[in-house]
Amino acid sequence: MASEERSSLSAGVESHRAPVPVHQFKQQNLPACKPVLTPAWVITTYFLIGVLFIPIGFISLRASMGVVEIVDRYDTECVPNSYKSDKVAYVKDMSVSKNCTRYLKVKKRMKAPIYVYYELDNYYQNHRRYVKSRNEQQLLHGLRYNSTSSCRPLELNKGLPIVPCGLVAWSLFNDSYSFSRGAEKLNVNRKNIAWQSDRDHKFGKKVHPFNFQNGTLIGGGKLDSRIPLSDQEDLIVWMRTAALPSFRKLYGRIEEDLDEDDVVIVNLLNNYNTYSFGGKKKIVLSTSSWLGGRNNFLGMTYILVGASSMFIALVFLLLHKLSWARQ
Amino acid sequence: MANGKIRAKLKRSSLYTFGGCITPQAEDADGPHQLQGPGYSRAVFCNQPQRHQKKPYKYVSNYISTTKYNIITFLPKALFEQFRRVANVYFLLAAILSLTPVTPFSAVSMIAPLAFVVGLSMAKEALEDWRRFIQDMKVNLRKASVHKADGVFAYKPWMKIQVGDVVKVEKDQFFPADLLLLSSSYEDGICYVETMNLDGETNLKVKRSLEVTLPLDDDDSFKNFAGTVTCEDPNPNLYTFVGNLEIDRQLYPLDPTQILLRDSKLRNTTYVYGVVIFTGPDSKVMQNSTRSPSKRSRIEKQMDKIIYVLFTLLVLISIISSVGFAVKTQYQMPDWWYMPPDDKNLYNPDKANLSGFYHLITALILYGYLIPISLYVSIEVVKVLQAKFINQDLHMYDEDSGTPAQARTSNLNEELGQVDTILSDKTGTLTCNQMDFLKCSIAGTAYGLSASEVELAAAKQMAMDLDPQDHDFERNLPSNNAGFNNGRSNHSSEIELERIIRSKDENHHKPVIKGFNFEDSRIMNGNWSREPHAEVLLLFMRILAVCHTAIPELNEATGSFNYEAESPDEGAFLVAAREFGFEFCKRTQSSIFVRERHPSSKEPVEREFKLLNLLDFTSKRKRMSVIVRDEDGQIFLFCKGADSIIFDRLAKNGRMFEGATTRHLNEYGEAGLRTLALAYKKIEEADYSAWNEEFLRAKTSIGGDRESMLERISDMMEKDLILLGATAVEDKLQKGVPQCIDKLAQAGLKIWVLTGDKMETAINIGFACSLLRHGMKQICIAASAEMLSQETKEVVKENILMQITNGSQMVKLEKDPHAAFALIIDGKTLSYVLETDMKHQFLNLAVDCASVICCRVSPKQKALVTRLVKEGTGKITLAIGDGANDVGMIQEADIGVGISGVEGMQAVMASDFAIAQFRFLERLLVVHGHWCYKRIAQMICYFFYKNIAFGLTLFYFEAFTGFSGQSVYDDWYMLLFNVILTSLPVISLGVFEQDVSSEVCLQFPALYQQGPKNLFFDWYRIFGWMGNGLYSSLVIFFLNIIIFYDQAFRKGGQTADMAAVGTTMFTCIIWAVNCQIALTMSHFTWIQHFLVWGSVVTWYIFLFLYGMLSPLVSGNAFRILIEALAPAPLYWITTLLVTATCNLPYFAHLSFQRAFHPMDHHVIQEIKYYKKDEEDRIMWTRERSKARQETKIGFTARVDATIRQFKGRLQKKHHASSSPMSPV
Repeated sequence: MASEERSSLSAGVESHRAPVPVHQFKQQNLPACKPVLTPAWVITTYFLIGVLFIPIGFISLRASMGVVEIVDRYDTECVPNSYKSDKVAYVKDMSVSKNCTRYLKVKKRMKAPIYVYYELDNYYQNHRRYVKSRNEQQLLHGLRYNSTSSCRPLELNKGLPIVPCGLVAWSLFNDSYSFSRGAEKLNVNRKNIAWQSDRDHKFGKKVHPFNFQNGTLIGGGKLDSRIPLSDQEDLIVWMRTAALPSFRKLYGRIEEDLDEDDVVIVNLLNNYNTYSFGGKKKIVLSTSSWLGGRNNFLGMTYILVGASSMFIALVFLLLHKLSWARQ
Repeated sequence: MANGKIRAKLKRSSLYTFGGCITPQAEDADGPHQLQGPGYSRAVFCNQPQRHQKKPYKYVSNYISTTKYNIITFLPKALFEQFRRVANVYFLLAAILSLTPVTPFSAVSMIAPLAFVVGLSMAKEALEDWRRFIQDMKVNLRKASVHKADGVFAYKPWMKIQVGDVVKVEKDQFFPADLLLLSSSYEDGICYVETMNLDGETNLKVKRSLEVTLPLDDDDSFKNFAGTVTCEDPNPNLYTFVGNLEIDRQLYPLDPTQILLRDSKLRNTTYVYGVVIFTGPDSKVMQNSTRSPSKRSRIEKQMDKIIYVLFTLLVLISIISSVGFAVKTQYQMPDWWYMPPDDKNLYNPDKANLSGFYHLITALILYGYLIPISLYVSIEVVKVLQAKFINQDLHMYDEDSGTPAQARTSNLNEELGQVDTILSDKTGTLTCNQMDFLKCSIAGTAYGLSASEVELAAAKQMAMDLDPQDHDFERNLPSNNAGFNNGRSNHSSEIELERIIRSKDENHHKPVIKGFNFEDSRIMNGNWSREPHAEVLLLFMRILAVCHTAIPELNEATGSFNYEAESPDEGAFLVAAREFGFEFCKRTQSSIFVRERHPSSKEPVEREFKLLNLLDFTSKRKRMSVIVRDEDGQIFLFCKGADSIIFDRLAKNGRMFEGATTRHLNEYGEAGLRTLALAYKKIEEADYSAWNEEFLRAKTSIGGDRESMLERISDMMEKDLILLGATAVEDKLQKGVPQCIDKLAQAGLKIWVLTGDKMETAINIGFACSLLRHGMKQICIAASAEMLSQETKEVVKENILMQITNGSQMVKLEKDPHAAFALIIDGKTLSYVLETDMKHQFLNLAVDCASVICCRVSPKQKALVTRLVKEGTGKITLAIGDGANDVGMIQEADIGVGISGVEGMQAVMASDFAIAQFRFLERLLVVHGHWCYKRIAQMICYFFYKNIAFGLTLFYFEAFTGFSGQSVYDDWYMLLFNVILTSLPVISLGVFEQDVSSEVCLQFPALYQQGPKNLFFDWYRIFGWMGNGLYSSLVIFFLNIIIFYDQAFRKGGQTADMAAVGTTMFTCIIWAVNCQIALTMSHFTWIQHFLVWGSVVTWYIFLFLYGMLSPLVSGNAFRILIEALAPAPLYWITTLLVTATCNLPYFAHLSFQRAFHPMDHHVIQEIKYYKKDEEDRIMWTRERSKARQETKIGFTARVDATIRQFKGRLQKKHHASSSPMSPV
């Protein structure tokens, strides 16, 4: 028994005849690069990081600085004085006009396209219950798809299915804005604000809203049941749930330049209820750069990391020289 | 009762192996065994296997199986094994819960990784079991010749053999089952059996059939043979057998001499016939097989603790988040009109506490990523691969026997890197168990010029001492060598030294005869007859040729004889006798034939010595005698035995050479040789017959005192001997042992030798392999024999305790830091010491000593000493041995290493690693152990790092979602994270990482100390890595969140939704952890590059492909890479920033540590990197000697000690010579 075992084992070691790379592999002797963090390497690496990061930092900072942004919080101002003490009652009272006008002063010339966002605060669009309360199948295939238990409690109404079902769609943001500069009306392009792929592949072209906002529970915006979901870009944008409780969503684009000291008049309908949970509502007009919106943090961080890297390189160089000299 | 009787019989039959033929009737004097009651129920119908096909005589088939599972039991059993791990149970629970609404993930993302991990482990189990199955089948399908009917024999596979079959086994075949020997090719029904696979003994054993079955010696005679065996039930005892054979209504008792055990081998016998008694699992060898205890490495145990730490962290953050959730649900949720209250309990503000409780479960699942699910399976994969590399290492492949190293269990690889104490067997491990006849002393004259290895080592050492390496030192020494020799009285002269070295050199040219290394023209080639005491020389050589139990075997190729001897010394004697011209050529039951070549006559004369009695060697008697009648009718007693025993039995006129022989014996002892004294006596016919009568009476007597009677009577005969001389054989050290011990000592390992040999031999071997050296203070702890026999236990213990205390005092009071102590203790004393009250004092003393040698220890004591060291010091012990007597020690130690090769398989079967030679231990520990330790340690640390870095981001994000348990990542990302995206690089770290190459490991054995000191897996380092993970998680999460939270991230003005943020964050994690592992590695082959960077690429490929799937599958990740992220520069810029920021601190730590507090391997890496080792040899050598571990044993220590000695003397001299001149 022993001898047989031995012969079978030695067969495993028969690597004499194996080609060189296989042999090297088996003997753990493959050619390898063994980088060693020598002082020269370390200093060079840190230095290079510094040299790379600081310019990137400045470039992105410059891009971010170039973005002009107007932010206006309107949820408190747009409540009539009589309702100031009970804003929830105001927003729930259907009979009260929700019209409101805001004047935004342009401090710096803004080049088209100027993006219009609405910003909500303290709004848990990322809550697990909220996020899950939708049905992708239904959005794409409509009524044909009826297993929508994830949408509860907004699955059925009076025994009929709701399209689109679920909390997300039901709580659709429904403030609306129109802009004018003096007497001249500023057109807001509300097309192409959602992702192309969402419009083409996630929201059905033949799926029309059905039985939506019809029930006892009245939530946010209503949908025109004549328009298919794939064209309801407001809804599509809204249904891309935000990562944080404070978020901006694209409303539309103003495709005209705004000059310095222009005053943009915003006529808005303050429909959406943020008062019950103490959220803020803001309207934002912003241009964009190649990096997106105004974001100084990125550039600053780059500069900080680059600078500290340079600093470490210097300290290291100093210490190295010192210890070298001592030797 | 029956057992006791059997044991007595067994002893007798081994003691008088060849004496049986003289008194054959003695066997039959005993009646048949009284077999009744439980335990003796087996009945075997010989030659009627068909009767064993029905109950109650249906016994198990001869099919053997060592597999753990079969097809049916595999699934439940293997699953059970898997879920014995706490972590797996946790993941199973999580997977089950993921089917309920509390889960934060889809069920598949919980079940798939678990299924993968468990499946992989089970696949490994299945593969290993399959291999075992193949191995079994190889055995099961071996063919044996079985009697079919009418005297026709045919071949059948082993597994088909049944109880009752008559089997014919031929020379050098294994027995297929436990057989009852019926007859053999020898007339008297004896056969020779090698039991190496059973007990590791290489000597042949003799088996004898009953007289009644002797006629059954050809195929035809089995036509009508029938008989019934009634015997004991299957049991694991190899040395007992009780049964009766009934033939023709006559009962004959059976005993172990008639039983041929499965897995032993027929030798020197053309064929035997036997009846199958025990088959397959019933056979004694199978009953004996035990699974070795499963051992877990320390690192793994420590890893469990880390997992507990992480579990605690997991529970803690789960509680935080569930409290947070409950608070949010109770106080804020009623205000969130967009989330109307749930009718169920999961989100119910009215039952916030209940919801909070449900959320606790959710959170426990969600943060499960803190505990790496793939850790166990990755470690398993890594270890199997590491073991493969160990098996394939050609440097540990023994060309001679064709045996590679073998990692029999893969779960101790890293333990090899942390060994503190090595406990080694001697025979077969340090020495080859091959004896060379080297010297002899005949008639007071010493013959034999060859030098023993000890002498050679001493000579080499002296040569080294005389030619010190230190050059300045030499320059300071005007008188040079002469001065030294004057100063060292105990040193032999240079001329002798040269002679020794030269003689060794000459030996190399001579053809080597195994077992014979003798050289002296005075007695070689028949010259002995011209020596003064020729008649003494003649007798001496006759004793060598006659007094033994060996069997000659004609080597047809050379025409000379080889000898199958019970012990290798006996073989050496016979070879020596042959070379002297006394060739033992034939043994029959009653005679020994020796071909004598006398110088007077050209042709050899064959002489017959009638063997009258043989008094066998036992460890108690320590001697062996034969009584022979030569051709002249004279009766002689030839005796060989331990010198002290023989000297006590000399006649008054037999002490002629006593003085000279004693002196020679002492010399031989010092040279590390094994000695025996030879004596003879002439017996008058009348005296002999009187004695023999008495002897026979004693032998045939029945009763418990037969043993002592026989001994007494033998004793009477072995008296009044005449001393002829003494022999000295060398127990050869295995190749490379001293060098290996030296290296291991430099690596800081302590080496204990545990041997069954006597103290003198053990000390000699200690010197030979540099465990002992001159100038070392030896502390011998031994209780004298008189004391043991006369004093009470308390007194003896007190005495031993005093010796220990004295020894400790001596060690404590020693001022010289270089002083080394050796502790030598014998087995008798050890049995007292190992009792609870003393063992700690003993251990403390032993730990202070540089080397420890325990002699005369039993296998049990070996195990006990191992346990003492293991538990007493808390350090990791490694036991290495080769024989069945080392099994206890091998199983007890943290790591058991078996020597695979010459002796049996018992030690190997019990071991965790098997190597062919002791010297491979160096590479196994210093290279593989070192690598595996670091690999596994780094791998585990990295695992925890990456899972903390990942898992905590989930927690932070949750805090921003109202603690609702929403994860920012897609389920699939998380699923792939542990299983694919980050597992392969870490496996490559675990398999291929090398801090320094194997050559450097061997050149700098001190690097090994990083393992025993546990520098890479202490809590400092573990928490360091965890801290690094925490830092990374913070950087990854907050940088991403701040960059992405409200602003557009593209020129097109789109803001990032949860999917975009999550994907970017995940990209950062993949980059950060893979860069981290690249920083951790110091050895990149293309494999590492491929796996590390391939993992990053895989992520992008996955993301791309996932995005191309139907949006119903990919959800929000649909086309996310190509449409949303890849075109956005911010995505890439953020990845770069986060990756760099995550790794900067570690990089800084690493570079500062390297530059200002480098560890040993850093320095070496740097030297190698700059190729300083090639440019600056002196510096390289200096570094090497600096990096040696301070050691007190081994060659190097010897040299150091000698140099110190010289320097000391030189200083004194210098001082003495300078003081009168200088006024100071």
